[in-house]
Amino acid sequence: MNKNKIWGRPYYKSLTRNIMLTVIVVSFTPMILVSLVILYQFKTSYHEKVNAHLEELVLKHKQNIDIFLQDKTSDIKILSRSYGMDQLSNDSFLAERLSILQQEYKDVFVDMGVLNEQGLQVAYAGPFKLKNANYHEAAWFKKAIKNEVSVSDLFLGLRGLPHFIISARQKKGDQYWILRATIDFLSFNDLVENIRIGETGFAFIINRKNEFQTKPRVDISSEKELYKSLLVKKPEKFNGVQITIEQVGRKTKSVYGDEYLYVSSFLKNNDWLLVYRQNTSDAFSTIRRSMSLALVILIFGGSGIIAMTYLLSRRMVGFIAKSDTEKQLMNQRMVETSKLASIGELASGVAHEINNPVAIMVEEAGWIQDLLEEEEFSNSENLDEFERALNQIKAQGHRCKKITRKLLSFARKTQSNNHEININDLIREIIEHFKKRIKGSNVTMETDIKDPLPIIHGSNTELQQIFLNLINNGVDALGKTDGIVKISAMDVDGQILIKISDTGAGISPVNLDRIFDPFFTTKPVGKGTGLGLFICYGIIKKMGGKIDVDSVMDIGTTFSIYLPVNDKKNEKNL
Amino acid sequence: MMDANVLLVDDEKAFVETMAKRLNKRKLNIAKAFSGEQALEHLSLNPKVEVVILDVKMAGMDGEQVLKTIKNRHPLIEVIMLTGHATVESGIEGMKSGAFDYLTKPCDMEILIAKVDEAANKKRRHEEKILEASIREITSHRP
Repeated sequence: MNKNKIWGRPYYKSLTRNIMLTVIVVSFTPMILVSLVILYQFKTSYHEKVNAHLEELVLKHKQNIDIFLQDKTSDIKILSRSYGMDQLSNDSFLAERLSILQQEYKDVFVDMGVLNEQGLQVAYAGPFKLKNANYHEAAWFKKAIKNEVSVSDLFLGLRGLPHFIISARQKKGDQYWILRATIDFLSFNDLVENIRIGETGFAFIINRKNEFQTKPRVDISSEKELYKSLLVKKPEKFNGVQITIEQVGRKTKSVYGDEYLYVSSFLKNNDWLLVYRQNTSDAFSTIRRSMSLALVILIFGGSGIIAMTYLLSRRMVGFIAKSDTEKQLMNQRMVETSKLASIGELASGVAHEINNPVAIMVEEAGWIQDLLEEEEFSNSENLDEFERALNQIKAQGHRCKKITRKLLSFARKTQSNNHEININDLIREIIEHFKKRIKGSNVTMETDIKDPLPIIHGSNTELQQIFLNLINNGVDALGKTDGIVKISAMDVDGQILIKISDTGAGISPVNLDRIFDPFFTTKPVGKGTGLGLFICYGIIKKMGGKIDVDSVMDIGTTFSIYLPVNDKKNEKNL
Repeated sequence: MMDANVLLVDDEKAFVETMAKRLNKRKLNIAKAFSGEQALEHLSLNPKVEVVILDVKMAGMDGEQVLKTIKNRHPLIEVIMLTGHATVESGIEGMKSGAFDYLTKPCDMEILIAKVDEAANKKRRHEEKILEASIREITSHRP
């Protein structure tokens, strides 16, 4: 059966589709479910791990910054307590103390100053000319005068540069005085900036007013609104201790549409918030890579499954289609066999029923003929005509007998025997028979037989009848003209092909379609019964073979008989 | 040659009548039966019958049954089977059961006559041999 024809049929198309869908659903559903569960578990645990790591990191840095500020605050406090206002109000003494601190902490301390309760800077050591500067209205001073020690927020101040101040308050008599030091912004900024992970992770500090206390690595001023919500959260809300880490694994959309992770922790007595910010794709890059790899594997694996499903379903449907075709052919053959058997039974019945009346007719004609021989009819002038008519009745009676005999022989074919047959021996035997018959005539007989040919199963008599019929037809087709009748035998694709061709007048296309019909003949009346090819067709079909005919007018005719080589199917059919 | 005594058996009455007339005209003594049962009855009443022309396919007892019965009861009578349903197989079956020959309808009268003569001669020769054997047996026992 033609493969394109199979796939063109809606039944096989839908069968292929259904098999494919079933296999794909059955194989993909558990695979996808398992993948999703594993992915979810992996993602959750990885997120927990990353969050824990960042929490620890921010906590550690928070502690570092707090220690840094505490150290510097303690230094100033000790200085103020150790030397008192009078001694520290001496500019050169103050400058010496500043120098010592700068040597100790490199350039963390920018300058130092001593202020009285009114905010007037009575002594100053540092690069700016700030002696006698009045900080009475400055926010940091207001805070410093109220607290024993204090650390200001970042501000520009009189010098116009970002800085913040740490201060210690002492009392002289009934008046407070303050020793203050300016912390170098860049040194402090570096301390915070040290927190760098991946390509996008960095930290910064904001105060309670949502102002940057360090300079973020990138411009994130547009995200400021977001930090308000971070500042709202009170540390007590999380762990109720003084130093609190706010561990927020928060994701939000930036103006660019990226997702960022913020981990924050309050420091400096909850005045400042240390915020660590990192792009989630950077923070969770490993899981992204794993997911991408899993997705690639899933896509390739899925494609492989789909391709294999497609191929296998096509193959399966191919087998089903082949089996259906064979079943159909078998049914057709069974129908044909039963049809032939019915025709055989019918032919047998008809032959008998016809032969009896024909016999009576012939006998009656014979009786009339007997009577005509009596003397009283011998002088009749129509005697010759009577005898001619009677002879004609007898002749036609015998013609009927010939036809019924063929019909009976057809009927017998439905119950033929099954023997091993060497087809070459059979053909040679028949050719010998014909050679004797055509000796001295205009017919030349040629053979082209491949030797040896496989053994086939069938009835010797039936095959003889086929070849005799076809060779006889070939000889008849030549008539009185010179010509060739050629018989060839070969094995082709597990079948034996026997060709019987003649160079006779050929069969007209109109007749070609009818030559296997019963009682169809192109021979003169009385010469052919029209049953020869019909019987051949029946026998060949019954053997599981086929017969084809090719004919070109005035060129010749070729009959091709395909007989299956000995196999179980053949044996079963016979 | 003596005219043979023939019993013609067929359920086709018209065939039997015409055939009988034609055979009578050819100097044969023809008796007619239109069924197997009639034929057997006739044979039991007429021992002179030498040849039976018997149709194979008949209503009631068919030709083969009649043949077997005849050969059982009258082994010397020769039977020529005549049928419109001649096959090699049924012919072989008939010959196995003891038929003299097998002819198909419509048959050529000359062939039929020849076969009847042949069958009658065979029966007569057979009877003569039996007779001779009996005589020899009687004479050989005489003291």
